[in-house]
Amino acid sequence: MITFSEQQLKTPKYMRDVYLVTGGNSEFRRAFPEKRTEELCIEALQEACDYINTTPQELKKHIHSCYYGHFADHFGDQLLGEAVIHDRLGLDPLGNVGIKTGGATGGSTLWEASKAVASGYSDCVLAMGWERMDEVPTDEGNNYIASAADKDWETPLGHIYTGYYAVMAQRYWQIFGKEEDSFRRTMAEIAVKNRGYACHNPFAQAPLKITVDDVIASPVVAFPLRALDCCLMSVGAACAILADEETAYALTDTPQLIYVAAGSHTLRVADRRNMEIPLLPNETKDQYKDLGKEFPGGDRYPGFTGFLAARMSAYYGYRMAGVVDPTRDLDLVELHDAFTISDIQTYEDIGIRPYGLGRTYVESGDCYHTNPNTKAPGKLPANLSGGLIGCMHAVGATGIMQTIECMYHLHGRHGEIHGDERRWERFGKQKPADWEDLQVEGANRALAISHAGVGSHVTATIVVNPDHRLDK
Amino acid sequence: MPYSVDVVRGRYRLRGEFHSIERNQPIRNEAGKLCGVTNPRRLVHTHSYGGEHEFFEGVAQGRLIGTRCDNADCEVGYQSVFMPFRIHCPDCLQKTTSVDLTEVANRSATIHSFMITERTGAFNTLEKPIKFINIEFEGVCTILMGYLLCGEPAIGNRVVPIFASASPTYTILDLAWVPDGTSASELPKGFSSSK
Ligand SMILES: [Zn+2]
Repeated sequence: MITFSEQQLKTPKYMRDVYLVTGGNSEFRRAFPEKRTEELCIEALQEACDYINTTPQELKKHIHSCYYGHFADHFGDQLLGEAVIHDRLGLDPLGNVGIKTGGATGGSTLWEASKAVASGYSDCVLAMGWERMDEVPTDEGNNYIASAADKDWETPLGHIYTGYYAVMAQRYWQIFGKEEDSFRRTMAEIAVKNRGYACHNPFAQAPLKITVDDVIASPVVAFPLRALDCCLMSVGAACAILADEETAYALTDTPQLIYVAAGSHTLRVADRRNMEIPLLPNETKDQYKDLGKEFPGGDRYPGFTGFLAARMSAYYGYRMAGVVDPTRDLDLVELHDAFTISDIQTYEDIGIRPYGLGRTYVESGDCYHTNPNTKAPGKLPANLSGGLIGCMHAVGATGIMQTIECMYHLHGRHGEIHGDERRWERFGKQKPADWEDLQVEGANRALAISHAGVGSHVTATIVVNPDHRLDK
Repeated sequence: MPYSVDVVRGRYRLRGEFHSIERNQPIRNEAGKLCGVTNPRRLVHTHSYGGEHEFFEGVAQGRLIGTRCDNADCEVGYQSVFMPFRIHCPDCLQKTTSVDLTEVANRSATIHSFMITERTGAFNTLEKPIKFINIEFEGVCTILMGYLLCGEPAIGNRVVPIFASASPTYTILDLAWVPDGTSASELPKGFSSSK
């Protein structure tokens, strides 16, 4: 739809507060030829238990229903994989359901799980996501991913999802990036930043110290996107435990409030009709009236340059959590950096910057842990985990991993989790001599964006220290 | 695998072989430990075009068929023209009316965005590099994705549709695009223009 009724724009409301109690990630790699998926899921759940000094046996006593995010059944060649994992976790006969919304599967899993607690159906739930993309050769994997596009109208065109995505990148690159070298370098900076942050994350699949020139010299995937602009293909699992207030405080002294909202847009970009921009709380009615003058061709909304699904997830999510200005009200974000350029597009969709000015979030240094221009803390650090480019994109797990990374910051425990020598060793890795604690000092509110493909589904997950809530 | 499918009295009639299996192989690590197995097999799916059959039949015959909402009570979509073909209007969910957009395309098709890629997934049949283009049409509220078979794409360039009507596959691949002004002799083999 391109116009909305009042009912459709209602601020989503939980019937009671929902808390994030704990969570954990498995290690992430391109392939685990010697591990079954359930081993990775149990690894993630064990991490979640260790984090609040409990055991799977104890934690399971509280769990009442389960939400499993796993996107691509065909990769693992197993339908009802959720039932396999549920059994291996020893959670039968509790109710469980599988959730799949492409790249947003992890976020959607939290969305469903949070509603189960908010409604009173369950007092404590498990949200677990995973993906297994290593059991077919890469070109077959590309075909499988492309089958998430429209099978009659898109997939036969090359069986390559990146191509369907890249036409959006091209349009943004020409209209808002004005094909400038400086814009190209800003894109590359995101790839450098996120791979660099991954160096401090023992869970991360692709830590890499590179330069902007390395990104620009990497092979073209679909111009202007190059290999180092693109996210990873990964295997791994992540989980979160959500609960009502009473259960949450029984399990830990420091649960965090969690709010999850979702938006969507047409599977085919082809079907996106011109419409008015839905405004976020920090935007004004006239703000975009000259957008087409400043950026010729940029007045078609959302066209190929905006993700309406991301905008709607923020539209609902910010209002649920009381966020007005994300840069002011949030302390860090984990964004869905599937490609460097989509990362920039998302800054605009979720109101970190106005439409057309996404690049300035990077160029100002605001997106860094430490602003490289001023050496002061970044205003709103992004993807300190390494994101999808540096840490992982095990599709069903991604949105959960991001949320757990936010949780570590809000607890002030980022260094403890990422710096623990034993964890590096367990993963067969050497903790870098120049390892840095990327803890965001005094973090109280964070946002994770989980995004599917060309923008069919997007969720916004906001995690808040209850002493710093904005909705009351 | 020789096979055929048709529909008789509303039911699929499948004849021949639709799947085959080969013997699997063990997968071992360098120490000889059994890590897993391969699961080889081939299979054929069938698929219904339903109400979109008109579009795919049209392309095979050299015509570009879109749809229009003709429901005067439709608050948002009335008179909206859709390409890709939509069986129902997304606003009022009434059946749309088919409209032949071949002439509109010949006259107004313009590149909205594009991408050139050397990378493809398994089962790709297009020659590389593939030039994806997204095409705007006058009076159409959506933007069709396709591929350019001659010349280089650029935003704003005019293109015209060409059709693999000599030997159609009855898929979206039967529809391709070339720059406006491409002569009949320059068209790729098997394709013809209606301009
Ligand atoms: Zn209608």
